[in-house]
Amino acid sequence: MFQGLNFPPLDLPPECEEIRQEIRAFLAEEKARGNAGNIEAMARYTPEYSQRLGQAGFIGLTWPKQYGGHERTALERYVVTEEMLSAGAPTGCHWIADRQSGPLLLKYGTEEQRQKILPGIAAGELYFCIGMSEPNSGSDLAGAQTRATKTDGGWLLNGTKLWTSGAHVCHYMVALVRTSPLDPENRHAGFSQMLIDLSSDGIEINPVINLSGEHHFNEEVFTDCFVPDDCVIGEIGDGWNQVMSELGYERSGPERFLSTFQLFAELVEAVGDNPTDHEAQVIGRLSSQLITLRQMSLSVAGMLGEAKVPVAESAIVKDLGTNYCKLVPEFSRTIIDTMPSQKSADLYAAKMASAILTVPSLTIQGGTREILRGMIARSLGMR
Amino acid sequence: MSDEMNEMRQMIADTADRIFRDLCEPDVVNAAEKGTWPADLWNTIEESGMTHIAIAEENGGGGGTIGMAMAVLRAAGAYSAPLPLAETMLGGVALASAGQAIPAGPLGFALPAEDESVSLSQSGDNYVLNGAVAAVAWAIPGGQLVVVADMGGQPVAALVDADKADIEASTNLAGEPRNNVTFSDAVVSACGPLGNDVTPESLFKLGALARSIQMAGALENMLEMTVQYTLDRVQFGRPIAKFQAVQHSLAVIAGEVAAAKTAADMAVHMLEAGDPGLLIESAKARTSEAAGVAAELAHQAHGAIGFTHEHNLHHRTRRLWSWREEYGTEFYWQRALGRAATQSGGEGLWRMISGT
Repeated sequence: MFQGLNFPPLDLPPECEEIRQEIRAFLAEEKARGNAGNIEAMARYTPEYSQRLGQAGFIGLTWPKQYGGHERTALERYVVTEEMLSAGAPTGCHWIADRQSGPLLLKYGTEEQRQKILPGIAAGELYFCIGMSEPNSGSDLAGAQTRATKTDGGWLLNGTKLWTSGAHVCHYMVALVRTSPLDPENRHAGFSQMLIDLSSDGIEINPVINLSGEHHFNEEVFTDCFVPDDCVIGEIGDGWNQVMSELGYERSGPERFLSTFQLFAELVEAVGDNPTDHEAQVIGRLSSQLITLRQMSLSVAGMLGEAKVPVAESAIVKDLGTNYCKLVPEFSRTIIDTMPSQKSADLYAAKMASAILTVPSLTIQGGTREILRGMIARSLGMR
Repeated sequence: MSDEMNEMRQMIADTADRIFRDLCEPDVVNAAEKGTWPADLWNTIEESGMTHIAIAEENGGGGGTIGMAMAVLRAAGAYSAPLPLAETMLGGVALASAGQAIPAGPLGFALPAEDESVSLSQSGDNYVLNGAVAAVAWAIPGGQLVVVADMGGQPVAALVDADKADIEASTNLAGEPRNNVTFSDAVVSACGPLGNDVTPESLFKLGALARSIQMAGALENMLEMTVQYTLDRVQFGRPIAKFQAVQHSLAVIAGEVAAAKTAADMAVHMLEAGDPGLLIESAKARTSEAAGVAAELAHQAHGAIGFTHEHNLHHRTRRLWSWREEYGTEFYWQRALGRAATQSGGEGLWRMISGT
């Protein structure tokens, strides 16, 4: 059978159920503060929430205690994440730092970088964004042109990053930059990753307003922005490999299928406990897809925990998961008629509006559907 | 489950796969559809102890786990084996729970639907069946049949020669026997009340799980077949696998196959652990949905040749189109799951989905 289609069943160990009860208690308090019920919760930025989450010990869960972490397992972190996202808590501020940047620094960062940065992330106070895409380099990441040229004691950055979620609330960016000119024979060579303090001189952060009028992503223009030598992450020239290992964390988590869960819950609530056959069928179809996606995602989490590299499995979870998120509003429309409006006092109409205006991004960000299907086809031996 | 049990299950899966690959060639499947019983294939499977592998040894079974039985069914599904292996397993489970000996040979399995009933009653020294069941899998003349009947409100299992019933021949879309059976004082050869927590409902669910696993096997094999076809078939000077449109279509099949496998495997896993929760409902709903999507795309990738009788793609796809409706249709299980979700309400939905 094909490599890449294996999703061994995973049992969550008992400690996961303990931490599930702990995070549920935390989230219940946050709900009382109004920090719940969001569609696409990773795009909601509430620093006070992230700080309380950090104080309660739910950020940097798997990291060593010496860096402010809590030395819990990857599966315990999975449980905390799925509980936060299914509750629709505003996880935007700390999200990237906790999921991606912290683990990157643990893997490739210097001791000094770890000590300086990680405790702040774990406290819910330091926020990160990812500088990968550029105006002329989206899916084709190797086409990135932002360059860093060597100068005394550091590097000078010039270029533009685009579609950077949360840059306007973040303290740091992990940027992928060219430290050597493009080699047409080896397009992946010559990249490096750098830790950029967004308060540095030579950075202009411009909002890019999305289709619903909201400010999530940004453009950053670098003009002779100085980056000290001690802010290089890992090895000069090894940026591509480092980024690829980072993307493994990004593809298969519960954020890939829970973006519209709050609309699904609102639909179930609105239908009530005596559904017609059609209502039950549609809700059941969405349920079976969601139950299965969760099992697949958990299985990948288990494989990541065993240091396996489930590339195709992760791509499948993201492809199926984001498509599922798009089905939720469409299937819901077949059950309950509504005039979607973000300003509506009716929760179903309001969540429908948010979902419709959010879902186009899901199959684009973090690897487009087309890129993912190409990866899956490669695992089938077709490319 | 212990590593030892896992290893045994893998060994059984590999052996079953080898047997079906060697002995279940497309012409065997075609001949069976025309009424030729694949005796070699059945005998090999039965002699290797795979027909009642999950039944306790004291009841005449192999003393294995339900996961081992499901591994055999997955391989049978992968090669469209024209044998009543799921029905024999279900019949064996019903008979064993009723404390009855399990006969050698294949078994048909008759489980009355909600709007059907079969009663068992005493008639002199005998017990007799009365009633009718439609679309009974593998109730074939000369064969034996396990019937789940009602005796004064108590569910019972009865073993009866199919020849004692009135049988009206019919088939599913794949040409598998799904006969309409009527009992008029049909004398049974053995019977007893269902026990050990086995109920008509649990047998129905076990049937749904069996069909889910068979579909997972068929889907996986169909994906392999389809990938190979696109690598072999040359048009416009290159294998059609090199066209991005074809690659993406097969990536969609792969996603559906992965979902079906995961849903079915997880349900088996949790059933073995003791409490499958809603995972059997979910598995049958999800594998059935995958069956429709994947079969459509597999035919598209195969072009005209896949629509011929000569090519064996239809051995997989006609079974998928049949099995998705058996032991509860795709939409039956979706409705069941949907009702469970609405019972949970919006607040409880995540707990229901996550089983926590």
